Amino acid sequence: MSLQTMTYLVVGVTFALYIGIAIWARAGSTSEFYVAGGSVPPVLNGMATGADWMSAASFISMAGLIANMGYGGGLFLMGWTGGYVLLAMLLAPYLRKFGKFTVPQFIGDRYYSKAASCVAVLCLLAASLTYIIGQMTGVGVAFSRFLGVSNSTGVFIGMGIVFMYAVFGGMKGITYTQVAQYCVLILAYTIPAIFISMTLTGNPIPQLGLGGGFVGTDMSLLGKLDQVVMDLGFPQYTTMTRISTLNMFVYTMSLMIGTAGLPHVIMRFFTVPKVKDARASAGWALVFIAILYTTAPAVAAMARLNLHASVNTAVKSGGDLFAVESSIKYDERPAWMKRWEVTGLLKFADKNGDGRIQYYNDKNPPAGAVAAGWQGSELVVNRDIMVLANPEIAQLPNWVIALVAAGGLAAALSTAAGLLLAISSAISHDLFKNIFMPDLTEKQELMTGKIAMACSIVVAGYLGLNPPDFAAGTVAIAFGLAASSIFPALMMGIFNKKMNKEGAMAGMLAGLGITMAYVFLHKGLFFIKGTMPMMNGILEAFGGNNFFLGIEPNAFGAIGAVFNFIVAYVVSKITPECPEHIQHMVENVRTPRGAKAVDGSHAH
Amino acid sequence: MDQSGEAYWKAVCTLIVQVLAVWFFVSFGCGILFADALNSISLGGYPLGFWFAQQGSMYAFVIMIFVYAKLMGRIDEKFDVHEE
Repeated sequence: MSLQTMTYLVVGVTFALYIGIAIWARAGSTSEFYVAGGSVPPVLNGMATGADWMSAASFISMAGLIANMGYGGGLFLMGWTGGYVLLAMLLAPYLRKFGKFTVPQFIGDRYYSKAASCVAVLCLLAASLTYIIGQMTGVGVAFSRFLGVSNSTGVFIGMGIVFMYAVFGGMKGITYTQVAQYCVLILAYTIPAIFISMTLTGNPIPQLGLGGGFVGTDMSLLGKLDQVVMDLGFPQYTTMTRISTLNMFVYTMSLMIGTAGLPHVIMRFFTVPKVKDARASAGWALVFIAILYTTAPAVAAMARLNLHASVNTAVKSGGDLFAVESSIKYDERPAWMKRWEVTGLLKFADKNGDGRIQYYNDKNPPAGAVAAGWQGSELVVNRDIMVLANPEIAQLPNWVIALVAAGGLAAALSTAAGLLLAISSAISHDLFKNIFMPDLTEKQELMTGKIAMACSIVVAGYLGLNPPDFAAGTVAIAFGLAASSIFPALMMGIFNKKMNKEGAMAGMLAGLGITMAYVFLHKGLFFIKGTMPMMNGILEAFGGNNFFLGIEPNAFGAIGAVFNFIVAYVVSKITPECPEHIQHMVENVRTPRGAKAVDGSHAH
Repeated sequence: MDQSGEAYWKAVCTLIVQVLAVWFFVSFGCGILFADALNSISLGGYPLGFWFAQQGSMYAFVIMIFVYAKLMGRIDEKFDVHEE
């Protein structure tokens, strides 16, 4: 069976499975299936949260970025898992006790103000929309490869499918469908990793293989990789940091507190039956997330090694990397390169006209390359394709390649749909129904939500065509926005009972404002590339286009969060104190007793 | 807040600070700040600092949440504020 047919088949079967489970679950008793964790065992609930959480950024993009960033890529791994510790301890149990269903509702009640709720909607929209841009980038990569079309066409098709998926929507809330999605996703991620780890190190467990020896030599896998990349002029894999130690520190912190501030993650903990369960379910979710996240660095390092090996035969044989015949002939390139060339995400330019592929770091050309007359690196590989291309590079069987495509689509579609639902409920319910137009009928509310979804997809799709960064980088910006705005307001709402509405609102606006300003100054106003000359002009006026303390825009959320805390504290000291009854309410939220089980109501 | 309520909240905050100290030590400490120094030690084929950043801290996070949940359960029962 051809690869294309096999891919259609596997993607078709997995989607039939999700829809089948959705229909079966609806036909059974209805209400309990809508509530995450209602009568679902905590372990399965953890899987469902895992599927919700792991998006195109985690599945498709992250390992490719790590492959390129080496040790520095650890910031994604620590950042996107460490946040669960904060979530479990600082937020989840208390938000559960509070008994509201969305973040703007919590902010509105805790800060006794509809204006505060409005500000929370604004923060939520900024973070969620940016997040969806990253998803659309990932969806575009997956569809362009899967259908053999250009990347732009892939994004357009993805927009249509995400819209249908989100509007059909109901199945999103059904825990068992998400359990199935988790299973497909994790199998699709780990099976190729096991195959590749087995081939390269002889150890079937990728987490151990990464620390194992390189088959046929007395070197460790990481030692071999370090040697190969350094010989080709790249920085050492196991020690290269991300810009600076300070930047890596701040970036990791930004992702961690962003995890604990993202609306679609927090929402899952509003609906567990007990406060006690809210604590444990964060743990179970992290177990299932960690299975993918501890595999990712192995996928990254092995994909990097395989990529170099597939264009330079001396990598595996240990011969001279710069000998003429070591670089493979372009005409004899492997089939996977041809398939990815169609998408435009992999490009070859024969700079020295010898018909062979030289791939190395031409910014820091090694002496051997100069002596061999190499005229620059001839291969451009988009980092977002690494995970999807990985099984093809390793020449795994067709069914494995097809399974990875199905996993990537499941990851991207489920998270994009979840975020769109969060946006639509924020706009239709928290903004229109609760604040501006209280007499909105249920039907009009639903319609408003759908229009909001359609607009979000169009905006995200447009920006996804020219994304501000690779998929995981764009998603990191979304985390920065959540970190600088929502997390501090939630945390102070629980841990500082004297925090008042003025302080919270000023803090959220200040944190979000400064983070957005910093990101837009370096990535274009609203991520539109055409505004970069104007932004550069502004930066020049402020003393040059340098990063503040060497901190990149993706990492700035942590600085924004500190700013948020300071502004909120100062403003709360010079404005009227928080009312007595609100302080009592906060005290009540701090103790578990009295929490009531959620019965049959939907998260939105 | 009555006296037992205050004592309960103090116990909770102490636990949170303790867990956060471990959280900070394994990720920001071993994974980032001391990574270079730790890299001179190897764990199998892993340099230790690299291992903390790309493997170890994640295992530690998982253990931390379950330990926290267990200890919180004990505090809840000690102060008699647990759910029925």
